[in-house]
Amino acid sequence: MTTLPQTTQKKLGLAIDLDICVGCHACVINCKEWNTSNYGAPLSDQDAYGANPVGTFLNRIHTYEVKAENKPAQTVHFPKSCLHCEDAPCVTVCPTGASYKRVEDGIVLVNESDCIGCGLCAWACPYGARELDAKEGVMKKCTLCVDRIYNENLPEEDREPACVRTCPANARHFGDFADPDSNVSVMSRERGAVPLFDEQGTKPVNRYLPPRPKADIQTDGDIDILAPFLDTTPSPQKGLLGWLDKALEAI
Amino acid sequence: MHPAPSVIVFTALSGLGFGLLAFLALGIPDVSGTTAFIFFFLGYALAVGGLISSTFHLGNPQRALKAFSQWRTSWLSREGVFAVLALSVTGIYAAALIFLDQKLPVVGMIGAALSMVSVFCTSMIYGQLKTVPRWNQPMTPAVFIFFTLAGGALLAAQLKLAALFMIILGGAQLLHWMIGDKRLNQEGGTIEAATGLGHLGKVRLLESPHSGENYLLKEMAHEVGRKHASKLRMITILFACALPALLLLFTTPGHATAAIAIVLHLIGLFAGRWLFFAEAEHVVALYYDRHRA
Ligand code: SF4
Ligand code: SF4
Ligand code: SF4
Repeated sequence: MTTLPQTTQKKLGLAIDLDICVGCHACVINCKEWNTSNYGAPLSDQDAYGANPVGTFLNRIHTYEVKAENKPAQTVHFPKSCLHCEDAPCVTVCPTGASYKRVEDGIVLVNESDCIGCGLCAWACPYGARELDAKEGVMKKCTLCVDRIYNENLPEEDREPACVRTCPANARHFGDFADPDSNVSVMSRERGAVPLFDEQGTKPVNRYLPPRPKADIQTDGDIDILAPFLDTTPSPQKGLLGWLDKALEAI
Repeated sequence: MHPAPSVIVFTALSGLGFGLLAFLALGIPDVSGTTAFIFFFLGYALAVGGLISSTFHLGNPQRALKAFSQWRTSWLSREGVFAVLALSVTGIYAAALIFLDQKLPVVGMIGAALSMVSVFCTSMIYGQLKTVPRWNQPMTPAVFIFFTLAGGALLAAQLKLAALFMIILGGAQLLHWMIGDKRLNQEGGTIEAATGLGHLGKVRLLESPHSGENYLLKEMAHEVGRKHASKLRMITILFACALPALLLLFTTPGHATAAIAIVLHLIGLFAGRWLFFAEAEHVVALYYDRHRA
């Protein structure tokens, strides 16, 4: 059913800490590993060892440079997987009912045996969270590792998403955003997390914890006590190079 | 957006086909017997051919019947439902006319209305997408509808009427471009808005998530169209609207002029439809630092 539920009992999702992520792509790899060998069609690769390798992934890390005027640039690693939106446009556009949002926990899933692979849901997602698998012709997306989080065959500490479990920096956190006292709700509140790309009106469940403000590095004062001893002006060149230097300067 | 040939052919041909069927179902032109058969055959060939072509880009076309189930929320599903309804009702009208020499005007009117609704649903598959701001505007359905009316009237040999619709189409198309050019900015289409990092400064992509292509880039970050946009816009307006309209208005009507007008209009239609996809920006490309103003 592509009609969205009015509310869901739980709002399971991820809180992703942009201050902590080091951009190692471990979650990308573990996500692919888990999801290619468990629920649904495997995540195929084409030309994996050739000149133009492409493949299906449910989680991708962009790396941005952010630069404010008069401040040094800062690097932000930006993991991106499905945000399990409350107003998920990817669900309502689906003609077959393959895409749906679960009433019990709010997870957005694709029933692959109903998917015709039209790709419209991927067009409707502003975040690029859906990729059509080139081999199976069905839509793949983050399942919030629904086959781990309730899986009683796994040891209890493994009953969380593969990306969360594997992150060496602890940048990804899993929890219930419907519960105001949950780990993810508390950290989102404390860090002032806002919905991603709110202009699109998707009401995402996942939250991004913004990078903490950096202590300003002063570039004009004497912070480095050794600096005065460093001769940073190059000694004037002699001979041909010196002449060239002066000539170029004069132009 | 990637201009997939199957989708361009689908929207262009089925639009033409439903336009012709709508006129025929209204009794325009007033034909019967074999002539009626030929006209309806052409209408059905275009409409059904277009619909079949649309299944070529599906990953799993064998399940296409499931696409009729979600008409409550999905414009794509509605499009399928209305297309089948339009073809069936118009089919009853056509059969009665051709084989029984009976005119069923009420059935015809319903069939014509359903045909237009079907084209409207097609346009809304694109018009509904907030993620493609250029499409997400009222002129998208207008362009589709007037292409259908102009092409339909032309194929139904209503040459003066066709010229009139072509002039309106030209206006609608120009408005679509004028509004469309501003839409990405109106929707806050910047990398800063998309990443939510704008409060920290100016954002640029330092490293892409993947070194090669992927589905998202192939499907949604098409660049070629925008490079040639202005030339293709000229071709669209000239061929789909201006030239055939002038020809139809200022020459004596006949088979030859009609045939030339059809050829010109088709060139314009396909150029316009290619551009419709190729120049449309998807907001996901912002995360890849494309679409810089
Ligand atoms: S992030 Fe994209 S795929 Fe996930 S629920 Fe939101 S719109 Fe749908
Ligand atoms: S690709 Fe599959 S899940 Fe997506 S809209 Fe089409 S049928 Fe639905
Ligand atoms: S929750 Fe699971 S499926 Fe989703 S990104 Fe993490 S590992 Fe991948």
